[in-house]
Amino acid sequence: MAENIIELKNITRRFDDDGYIAVKDFNLNVGRGEFVTFLGPSGCGKTTTLRMIAGFDTPTEGEILLNGKDITVLPPNKRPINTVFQRYALFPHMDIFENIAFGLKLKKLPREEVIKKVKHVLDLVDLEGFEERSVATLSGGQQQRIAIARALVNEPEILLLDEPLGALDLKMRKEMQIELKAMHQQLGITFIYVTHDQEEALTMSDKIVVMNRGSIQQIGTPEDIYNEPKNAFVADFIGESNIFKGIMTGKLKVRFCGGEFECMDDVDEGTLVDVVVRPEDVILSEPGDGTVTGTVTAVTFKGMHYEITVESGKYEMVIVSTKAQKVGDKVGMSLEPDGIHIMIAEDHITRFEASVTSDYKLDYNGKTINCDLLKVIPGSKMKDGVLTDSSGQAIDTDKIKINVSIEPGDIEMSDDVEAGLTHGHIINLIYKGDHYCYVVRTAHGHDLIVDDEYLWNMGDQVGLVLPEDKMSFALKK
Amino acid sequence: MKYRFSRKQLAIPYALFLLVFVAAPLVVIVYYALTGSDGTPTADNFIRFFSDPNTLGTLLYSLILALVTTCVCLLIAYPVAYALAFSRLKASSVLVMLFIMPMWINFTLRLTALKEILTLIEGNLAFHPFLNSVIGMTYDFLPFMILPIYNQLERLDKSLLEAAKDLGAGDAQSFIKVTLPLSMPGVVSGIAMVFLPAMTNYVVLDMLYNSTYIMGSLIGSYFAAYDWHGGSMISLILLALICIFTLLTKSDEGQKTRGGSLV
Repeated sequence: MAENIIELKNITRRFDDDGYIAVKDFNLNVGRGEFVTFLGPSGCGKTTTLRMIAGFDTPTEGEILLNGKDITVLPPNKRPINTVFQRYALFPHMDIFENIAFGLKLKKLPREEVIKKVKHVLDLVDLEGFEERSVATLSGGQQQRIAIARALVNEPEILLLDEPLGALDLKMRKEMQIELKAMHQQLGITFIYVTHDQEEALTMSDKIVVMNRGSIQQIGTPEDIYNEPKNAFVADFIGESNIFKGIMTGKLKVRFCGGEFECMDDVDEGTLVDVVVRPEDVILSEPGDGTVTGTVTAVTFKGMHYEITVESGKYEMVIVSTKAQKVGDKVGMSLEPDGIHIMIAEDHITRFEASVTSDYKLDYNGKTINCDLLKVIPGSKMKDGVLTDSSGQAIDTDKIKINVSIEPGDIEMSDDVEAGLTHGHIINLIYKGDHYCYVVRTAHGHDLIVDDEYLWNMGDQVGLVLPEDKMSFALKK
Repeated sequence: MKYRFSRKQLAIPYALFLLVFVAAPLVVIVYYALTGSDGTPTADNFIRFFSDPNTLGTLLYSLILALVTTCVCLLIAYPVAYALAFSRLKASSVLVMLFIMPMWINFTLRLTALKEILTLIEGNLAFHPFLNSVIGMTYDFLPFMILPIYNQLERLDKSLLEAAKDLGAGDAQSFIKVTLPLSMPGVVSGIAMVFLPAMTNYVVLDMLYNSTYIMGSLIGSYFAAYDWHGGSMISLILLALICIFTLLTKSDEGQKTRGGSLV
């Protein structure tokens, strides 16, 4: 790979008014001529990062280097970078020629050269002879092409594309994906592309940066990201996948989904893991033949294949197969070792969201939790019995939510189902030397990890006591 | 046959209103303007208007007054509208309110207050009739200039400004090449809403003890002297001027797409 054209170093973007962190400690090097995609759900910070590269936003911390030179605070008009905006942002009061020539005219290029260059990019985007047309007469797809032409005509070192295909219909989107990729190869310009569409990212990119909540989850080639997701978020976000909580039960052996499987990832025995199984990797067989047996609960025809949901005990597995199954049939399921991807679970902290009552307590499904909101909400004060924010305005309790988290070892199990905040039944238990690690599925369908030194049985109904003094609270953004 | 209600019938009350209070008076004005005192058709009133240096002088004075008022309004209103539309303040809607609020107070009351203030500053109002007229009219019509410009700027897609910067334009260039042309529909309707009333609203002048004549006062004086025919002709000429002006601004606006106007 050629040298880095742009380097982002420890970029953090914090918004002053509410302390919201849009991008957190972002580090990335982009090589010259690469096609890099920022991929993540909406609100993950990908657009903010792009805006910082374009110069519309300035990082709170960190620096951006272009060809080794610091451009962190350089205004956008001084950067050799052009952007294709999400909603095209074509100037409605100019015709196509003027739109495309905008940047060239600012550079005071001679008129003949401007005309030549505009014609050239219009050829490039397949809209020859559109110079005189007005923006309003173009279709969405054509406007998109003009927006790309307007950016490319300036011969930028980097082209930024902010979800440029989001507003197009599926067929047009597919076409544009191919064309953009071809343009990238033809021009050799570095492309930085933002999208929430994983398929788009996998199709076009050399390198994908998966983001969530302002942090990079994984950087890699499309193949890496798909085949070797680093964590449950990436696995879940990229492609269809089944993710199970599991534990290593021996060398290259993992237990999940009620069965023991051989795997290829060498992880220490007893480690808690997240297991990713791609739907196309599950091998269906006669009941009894597979590692686990289950019942087909749903079959959906998807054109190329069937999507089959199989329930095995408490687990649900989505399977893609070209052979149809009948709902209610028993099937066996097995997996090749290379069809199992193991990720060491980062933590098994239980997290849930609670609402705030009018008397400033937390409410979780009708149960009350006491919590000192003054410590949770930065800058808040109690004034005449009313909670106010840093600017002295009363806080509307309906509008805020509190994230509560608690360590697995701090949750206590009780025979009395009603004893605690919630209850559930044990769906998995693992002996970990000095204690048992349980997976408890709550009545609301969450799987909680609970460490307990006493032995309970699979299927036991237990009340879950979450001591308030062991909880940590954070204001939900 | 069963009676069927159609949506068009909802327009009947307004159509009647138009007929009685707009179309009919217009017909009467045209009739009076084109007839002499004996009721025979004549072009005398027309010739009389354009051969009398006094009436022509009033027309010119009105035009200049309206032009100056409009310019002053525009010079004040554009920066204000710009600041309001682009301010990051959460209180900007309150500020907009502040500029709109004078419209809630009866305008004779406002002018009376203005008169007192001007008297305090100038002593005798008669010394600066033109200046006072401009001040009075600006005071009165400023919100009508601010509002359409503000509306237009508010609706301006901010990503266009980012696009301009992205393509290499500095702040001044992106203002001249993008913000200004895209706010023109607002400016044009602002001008229309200030210029036309400024030519005729003689109440402002009267309230400020102003002895100068504008078109409105001229028409008033003709009617006060029971010269229906001459007064009607001046009204008709003014109407024609307004029509021409409106057509000119409209055709300009048509080019600019998505007009944002109050008229």
